[in-house]
Amino acid sequence: MNTIVCIKRVPDSATRVKIGADGASLDPDGVKFVVNPYDEFALEEAIRRKEDAGEGTVIAISVGPSETAEAVRQALAMGADEGVLLTCDGSHDPIAVARALASEIEGRAYDLVLFGKQAIDDDNMQVPQLVAEFLGLPCATVVVGLEIDGGRATARREVEGGHEVIEFSLPAVVSTQKGLNEPRYPSLKGIMAAKKKPLEEKDIVLDDATFELVSLDLPPAPAAGRIVGEGAEAVPDLIAALREEAGVL
Amino acid sequence: MPNVLGYAEVRDGSAGKAAREVLGAAGELAAGLGGEVHAVAFGPSGTGVAVAGLGGATKVFAGESDALAIPQPDIAAAAIARLIEGGDYGAVVFPATAGGKDIGPRVAARIGRGLATEVISAEVEGGVVTVRRPMYAGKAIATLRFTGAPALLSIRANVFAPPEAGAGGDVVALDVDEGDARVRVTAVEQGDRDQLDVGEATIVVSGGRGMQGPEHWHLLEGLVDALGDEAALGASRAVVDAGWRPHAEQVGQTGKTVSPNLYFAVGVSGAIQHLAGMRTSKVIVAINRDADAPIFNVADYGLVGDVFEVLPALTDAVRDARGGG
Repeated sequence: MNTIVCIKRVPDSATRVKIGADGASLDPDGVKFVVNPYDEFALEEAIRRKEDAGEGTVIAISVGPSETAEAVRQALAMGADEGVLLTCDGSHDPIAVARALASEIEGRAYDLVLFGKQAIDDDNMQVPQLVAEFLGLPCATVVVGLEIDGGRATARREVEGGHEVIEFSLPAVVSTQKGLNEPRYPSLKGIMAAKKKPLEEKDIVLDDATFELVSLDLPPAPAAGRIVGEGAEAVPDLIAALREEAGVL
Repeated sequence: MPNVLGYAEVRDGSAGKAAREVLGAAGELAAGLGGEVHAVAFGPSGTGVAVAGLGGATKVFAGESDALAIPQPDIAAAAIARLIEGGDYGAVVFPATAGGKDIGPRVAARIGRGLATEVISAEVEGGVVTVRRPMYAGKAIATLRFTGAPALLSIRANVFAPPEAGAGGDVVALDVDEGDARVRVTAVEQGDRDQLDVGEATIVVSGGRGMQGPEHWHLLEGLVDALGDEAALGASRAVVDAGWRPHAEQVGQTGKTVSPNLYFAVGVSGAIQHLAGMRTSKVIVAINRDADAPIFNVADYGLVGDVFEVLPALTDAVRDARGGG
């Protein structure tokens, strides 16, 4: 089983967002960057399947600035065999990123292409489906269960209030959701081994975006609220406020 | 004049709130573009007529077959892409539901046009579509301008108003090709039918670590019941990580981003990644023992107190208030 895992370097979820001087980007100053948390489920799934099968390779691919190499090393430390970084400034248009990934993946030998279900920076939830379409592959998204039997796969996908069962043949693209597995932490041995694993960096130029990112703004500050009171005695005041002031009850 | 196409999602054989909100948003865009609203829907026989009954569209393209009683993303995406390429569309609107977010990018790739997901507002000026959408789970809002047509967008739940119920549009049969299916959805397993998804509910009651254990969740369930059919349970990441509640209920940056009309945060301290997922709620109520909890900084109404004392009183009061009309 050969698996390609596409990962993204994103600001940690505890980041306080500050807007950059251009008014259209995140100010990276003081921001801690991590491997996108959903991508860890994809990495774990690939590594576990390889370990269980006792054969195959796991290749981690990312698109981003040169600092992204750190995130790819993290994937290698978890257990991926090789890393590829397509170095560029990135794009706010998922189509441009997906085209770059698809052209890198095309021509490689693989059974599965795994992604996290979405990146926690732009929250687009698009690149897995786009890559699948560009490669002409079956695609299952937001997957919490995956069974593979020969060249056939059955996935359980999370939908509102339940799950869908999806069947498809390999090779295929699958995007992973929390619940699929419990990602491992890299071991010290894994971190040491990662330093010797191949990490290929290629400069690329992304396609032009199909829409323009005009600005990035902080959301309006919440209107000052008030404490209606303390304890159960304050419940009637709360109900009155919700009914009469807010009109929501 | 360019028209606007709205994907009216049919789940479990019926077109619900997600479809109505899509038609409402499509109506706003069509007014700006000077065109008409068309709907496209897939499902069993009768789907087209049901969608036309929602109002808001002059034409409803309906792909109907027994096999489409279960949503098939590739068949739908391919048919929508063909419809777009054969028509004159300035914008295409999807719901930001599990289904809409799965299908939208498949369509985008097929027609080579960009898609903005989880859109919270859309404007048309001089034929150009500009939208706003949250990034970083709501810690920032991006403004995006499309540089060609059609603009593809998926809209966040509870943001756009449904169309006024009006005369139904004409139903037009849409050809679907089973050969387009690379994946086949073979079953839909619904959990508790009474439990609305937290991402779609208009009222959310979320519990945090202050609930002290999963055995106390019946108190939150009682409040949800009292609040009626439009209410759903949510949870903080801490309680999901602790295994008290399923991930499907998690609100926040690695869970769901919600914007209900009314959000109760009960025993939720208000970590930044939780606030990101719920701060666009229209009215926020926080109940917490700790008066310094950050959740009070975003709450419209705060109540400082022991959740085990406050919840039963609140549940009774809500029941009385709603029962009394």
